[in-house]
Amino acid sequence: MPIHDQGYRRYGGGKARGRGWVVIATAGIRTLIVKRQFIGLVLLAWIPFLVRAVQIYAAANVPQAQFLAPTPETFRKFLDYQGIFVFFITVYVGAGLIANDRRANALQIYLSKPLTRAEYIFGKLAVLMTFLLLVTWLPAILLLLVQMAFAGNFTFLRNNLFLFPAITVFAAIQVTLVAATMLALSSLSNSSRYVGILYSALIFFTQAIYGVVYLVTRSSALSFISVSANLTQIGDVIFRLPPTYDTPWIVSIAVIALLIGLSALVLERRVRGVEVVA
Amino acid sequence: MADAAPAAPVVTLENVTVTYGRNAALRDVTAAFSSGAVGLLGPNGAGKSTMIKTLLGFLVPERGRMRVLGLDVAAAPLEIRARVGYMPESDGHIPGMNAVSFVAYCGELAGLPRVDAMQRAHEVLFYVGLGEARYRNVETYSTGMKQRIKLAQALVHDPDLVFLDEPTNGMDPKGRDEMLELVRDLAHNKGVNLILSSHLLPDVEYTCDHVVVLDKGRIAAAGPIDAMKQPRGRVYELRVKTSGELEAFLERLRAAGLDCHATDEDVMRVFVPGDGGAQSLFALAASNGVQVRHLRPSVPTLEDVFAQAVGEE
Repeated sequence: MPIHDQGYRRYGGGKARGRGWVVIATAGIRTLIVKRQFIGLVLLAWIPFLVRAVQIYAAANVPQAQFLAPTPETFRKFLDYQGIFVFFITVYVGAGLIANDRRANALQIYLSKPLTRAEYIFGKLAVLMTFLLLVTWLPAILLLLVQMAFAGNFTFLRNNLFLFPAITVFAAIQVTLVAATMLALSSLSNSSRYVGILYSALIFFTQAIYGVVYLVTRSSALSFISVSANLTQIGDVIFRLPPTYDTPWIVSIAVIALLIGLSALVLERRVRGVEVVA
Repeated sequence: MADAAPAAPVVTLENVTVTYGRNAALRDVTAAFSSGAVGLLGPNGAGKSTMIKTLLGFLVPERGRMRVLGLDVAAAPLEIRARVGYMPESDGHIPGMNAVSFVAYCGELAGLPRVDAMQRAHEVLFYVGLGEARYRNVETYSTGMKQRIKLAQALVHDPDLVFLDEPTNGMDPKGRDEMLELVRDLAHNKGVNLILSSHLLPDVEYTCDHVVVLDKGRIAAAGPIDAMKQPRGRVYELRVKTSGELEAFLERLRAAGLDCHATDEDVMRVFVPGDGGAQSLFALAASNGVQVRHLRPSVPTLEDVFAQAVGEE
């Protein structure tokens, strides 16, 4: 006779409500941070931060290196250069977020739990946005703090008080746009590889079309065609710099809002417990 | 639990119609599923899975009202899903997870604290017979193991009602028996209400006390299995020799109100309503010049009930 019967027992403990998205986000993050490849990618994304930090240190301590002293444009350019890492992390993390669940029929499992579709999407978005903010907003803000620490005063920050909200707002817009677009694309297919290709095509193809249009018209007024050009334009406005393109910034904002709206619409239609083919 | 007075139904449907485009999958269905184990029986395409998915809130009915565990499906889908477990028909898992992580994750999604979810995951995996394989990636599991883990994820949060959609699909005979044993144990010894959707009559007959028969999106029959297996009339196994066409004789039988359908062998099962019994059969055979070679009273099975309900021959 067994000492303890491993049978089915009723559960007498409590159940929490409305934290499904946190569970999804935590599990997603935990799955990624154990992958060496991914850790390597994130570490690589922090190299520009180290380079800038060294530059700021030199400017603060070596009189001959004064030309390296940071300006608001330094932070703008830093976020611009991080764009390449944003791209790679978006493809690495985001492509499979929903596509893999679709391939494994996991949506019916998720949505049979006390979880709304919005919570599921928000949980998945949180995974991607966490890592994107980790390579954009966090190093940029740390750079600001590093500048204060090395300079030993608040002069630069006092003179450029807008930098903190500027970094935050630009990173938020960039990360929201990129994460929403990738998640929408991920919901369209069962193959993460195909989604990665689709996302790359969207970014590079729109940029290429704009390039052709620019060659023909010699005007940058139609830069709103390109996803990345819209982000650049908005970034310039947020950091109070002269705009790179002739497109009115309000048009760029509208295009970005349209893309996010379109992504939400796609997600609303594709994230369902059962796919109805009428 | 079995000695309790008739409890309120765990699921009710009132005039529910569900359509896919122009095709109606459920047509004005009104039904009540009592507590305990209820079989949802019907041929493929009858609307069984559609009914379960509608009850879970995956599909929105065009018309009608549904209640699960006393809660309105349209008004409180999350409250219902917190108290319900669902074992889907098709394979489903969270990619990249081993069994225990997957089941614990499902428990957390259902609201269990992390530590409790992990403990329950281990317990439930042992219960469904995956204790030794619980650290293996789910993607490496065989079909039978995948069925078991789907049951485990449906049970981890200790639901009051479990929907099992074709739980023995793709399982070998031994695995199938074990799964049916688990289902039976859950319903009869563990106090879990369950609705088992299947097209396999023996599965339903073995595990369930009640049955709802669906056919072409409509309720064809419903009630306790024991009561349904005792129709007003008798069932006989019959083999005949006829000089003419057998089909003509069968037509005569049907015209006389007898219901007959063939089995795998050359023996047919004939349902004789009323009190006439074997005499009616002999009389009909004699009047048609047919020799009765074999006639044996038979115990009505769920198959007879099903065949009668869906009008199968």
